[in-house]
Amino acid sequence: MGYDPANPMQDRITDIGPPHYEQFFPPVIKANYGKWSYHEILAPGVLVHVAESGDECYTVRCASARLISIELIREMCDVADKHCDGFLRFTTRNNVEFMTDSKDRCDALIAELKERSARLPIGGTGASISNMVHTQGWVHCHTPATDASGVVKAVMDELFEYFTSMKLPAQIRVALACCLNMCGAVHASDIAVLGVHRKPPMVDHDAITGLCELPLAISACPLGAVKPKKVTNSKGEEIKSVQVNAERCMFCGNCYTMCPAMPLADPDGDGIAILVGGKVSNAKSAPKFSKLVIPFIPNNPPRWPEVTSVIKHIVEVYAKDAYKYERLGEWAERIGWEKFFEKCDIPFTIKSIDDYRLAYDTWRCTTQFKFTNHIK
Amino acid sequence: MSKHDTPLLDELEKGPWPSFVSDIKRQAEKKPECWDILGQLELSYEEKITHWKHGGIVGVFGYGGGIVGRYSDMPDRFPGVAHFHTVRVNQPSSKFYSTAKLRAICDLWEKYGSGMTNMHGSTGDMILLGTTTEHLEPLFYDLTHELKQDLGGSGSNLRTPACCLGKARCEWSCFDTQAICHHLTMHYQDEVHRPAFPYKFKFKFSGCPNDCVASIARSDLSVIGTWKDDIQIDQAAVQAYIKGEYKVNGGAHDGRDWGPFDIDKEVLALCPTNCMRMNGDELQIQTSECTRCMHCINVMPRALKPGKEQGATLLVGAKAPILDGAQFATMIVPFIKIDPENEFQEVIDFIENIWDWWMENGKNRERTGEAIQRIGLPSFLQIMNIEPIPQHIKEPRSNPYVFWKEEEVEGGWDRDIREFRKRHAQ
Repeated sequence: MGYDPANPMQDRITDIGPPHYEQFFPPVIKANYGKWSYHEILAPGVLVHVAESGDECYTVRCASARLISIELIREMCDVADKHCDGFLRFTTRNNVEFMTDSKDRCDALIAELKERSARLPIGGTGASISNMVHTQGWVHCHTPATDASGVVKAVMDELFEYFTSMKLPAQIRVALACCLNMCGAVHASDIAVLGVHRKPPMVDHDAITGLCELPLAISACPLGAVKPKKVTNSKGEEIKSVQVNAERCMFCGNCYTMCPAMPLADPDGDGIAILVGGKVSNAKSAPKFSKLVIPFIPNNPPRWPEVTSVIKHIVEVYAKDAYKYERLGEWAERIGWEKFFEKCDIPFTIKSIDDYRLAYDTWRCTTQFKFTNHIK
Repeated sequence: MSKHDTPLLDELEKGPWPSFVSDIKRQAEKKPECWDILGQLELSYEEKITHWKHGGIVGVFGYGGGIVGRYSDMPDRFPGVAHFHTVRVNQPSSKFYSTAKLRAICDLWEKYGSGMTNMHGSTGDMILLGTTTEHLEPLFYDLTHELKQDLGGSGSNLRTPACCLGKARCEWSCFDTQAICHHLTMHYQDEVHRPAFPYKFKFKFSGCPNDCVASIARSDLSVIGTWKDDIQIDQAAVQAYIKGEYKVNGGAHDGRDWGPFDIDKEVLALCPTNCMRMNGDELQIQTSECTRCMHCINVMPRALKPGKEQGATLLVGAKAPILDGAQFATMIVPFIKIDPENEFQEVIDFIENIWDWWMENGKNRERTGEAIQRIGLPSFLQIMNIEPIPQHIKEPRSNPYVFWKEEEVEGGWDRDIREFRKRHAQ
């Protein structure tokens, strides 16, 4: 029998955790666990891993939108049942990977996937632009400053040739977070698309009493811009509420997270900032944060043309100018950020100069600089 | 629930990248509430603002995490998404699935939810998007009884741990990422499901310094594989790369003609420590100078492999910018054996030392990394009873403001001003 609403605690099972991973390994993975010798990328999106035993695991990587239906998951299962002994996996970057154990089976798998390429395009390996990691946006979140899935779709349509090829100097990791909370953690990406607010929160004095704990709302502000205040609500009652010192607001939205009576989203205030040059890998240089190069682009749904064109331009300039193996941030540091702005035709604004905590670390304290078009 | 006109969203059915709009429409044929996802989203596209309300506390009995409440702020116009809660289902480590398991999850979600998902959420869970409060308990019953699965974390608790695919399909993994990820997930079920922390806490496990799960950028405890001894070199394979017989960087750069492979330029000159050289036909690596960045191994995977004495580095305190700015994780323990034999006890001890301190001293919504910044790295090392070493810093401090303790200063701090004045006139 199933769930009994009259007796909800009956036969209750809790804290069993996820199923053990091993039962989901394809046979070739299980047989060669921990005994892999090397790998090669045979074509964009197609990898072979060779084990010490000589066994081979062929992997075909396909993009997904991350926001996917169970109908599409079932379609993925159909492919895996037909070609992959009923196993598949997903990657950290929302790709789906189909694995098989021979070249012939892999060729049949690729042929099948090519027929489904509108939903399962192959690519995202090596010196390419793999799938974007991203957040929920207007589809399912209460704090976004932009959409996520729609911007990602527009950006990846524009960058698609780089998903299906490997012609860049190094991989470019593009990521999107629809507000500063960054549940997608875009702060260490080669190119980060970040939703930003630009209007301070409003205070809903009619709602705040039942909705918020005022001390939490006040302490939520990192800059002390939220202060207690006695106000009169629309019923004429004097209540305890808060006021916002707008000049101090840095538009992080943390107060709204703590207090739903302080919404800050706005059609004109919200939009997108572009940050570049971050990386996570420790290869060659240490991990780097992404740096803010464009403070604001208005939301322009459904296809955000200003965002997609500037990203494509950065990719193209980098692709032409960087050395082999050089990540976008390594290239920008080698040529100098002044050259980055000049080469990418991005206007430098005062908003790229840090004035938050530890800002001094980013100011230039040397006579070494390049004469670019910024020096008149 | 009927179809809405969605001229703006329909534009996102064009182009080569998979279209979530086409996919939601496909799902809506079976699950008509999906028409209201599109209707409400179209309105957001027109008005450039979200139409989801702030939060709402819902869950299953006995758990404080795993379900995220979500309500439309236009429930009359879009009744199909009036209640549209998120269910986080803990993924199996490294996200391999059987189709039988995935189909069972699809069937469950067809029965109780909208049919829309994220595969996966940023932290790693399977995300089931869109169900009503009254479906939560029956869904949880079927999830645990029939699928033998459980919810992941949300709120101020241990978030669902995640790992790279490790030894399953990678030659570089220096420890068994799945094994420790699964073990600790099981060991800490209470911490995953019942919020008891000042704020969220994340574990992520990467098998090598390439860090494919971005552990160093986003986890409070980042475990990254490394090794102590010599990089393993197959000299014949090095020659095969030099002669162009093997694909450089595993073929990652095959889409452009970069000219013949030049080991001096592409490997030796790019080594961040200059610890490599060619002595005739022999590649030599001075291990004591190597910082294990992976570049040479990435470029010549058939010739070079991590050393044999393998373990992990423990780093602490990464987070995204909210609130005090983004932080990478700070290196705390340079090398530790990741030992399944004793059920990872050294790592567990390390974790619980952090938690004991942070649960006592962390402020509301203060991530571990922020708490460390507040008290300073020296204090954190002392709390953790860890010997300070130069590897903890990039460079020594440039200011002289040392917080000396009284017991460190000869004679202590108690002095008599009158005694002082006897020898020093005012």
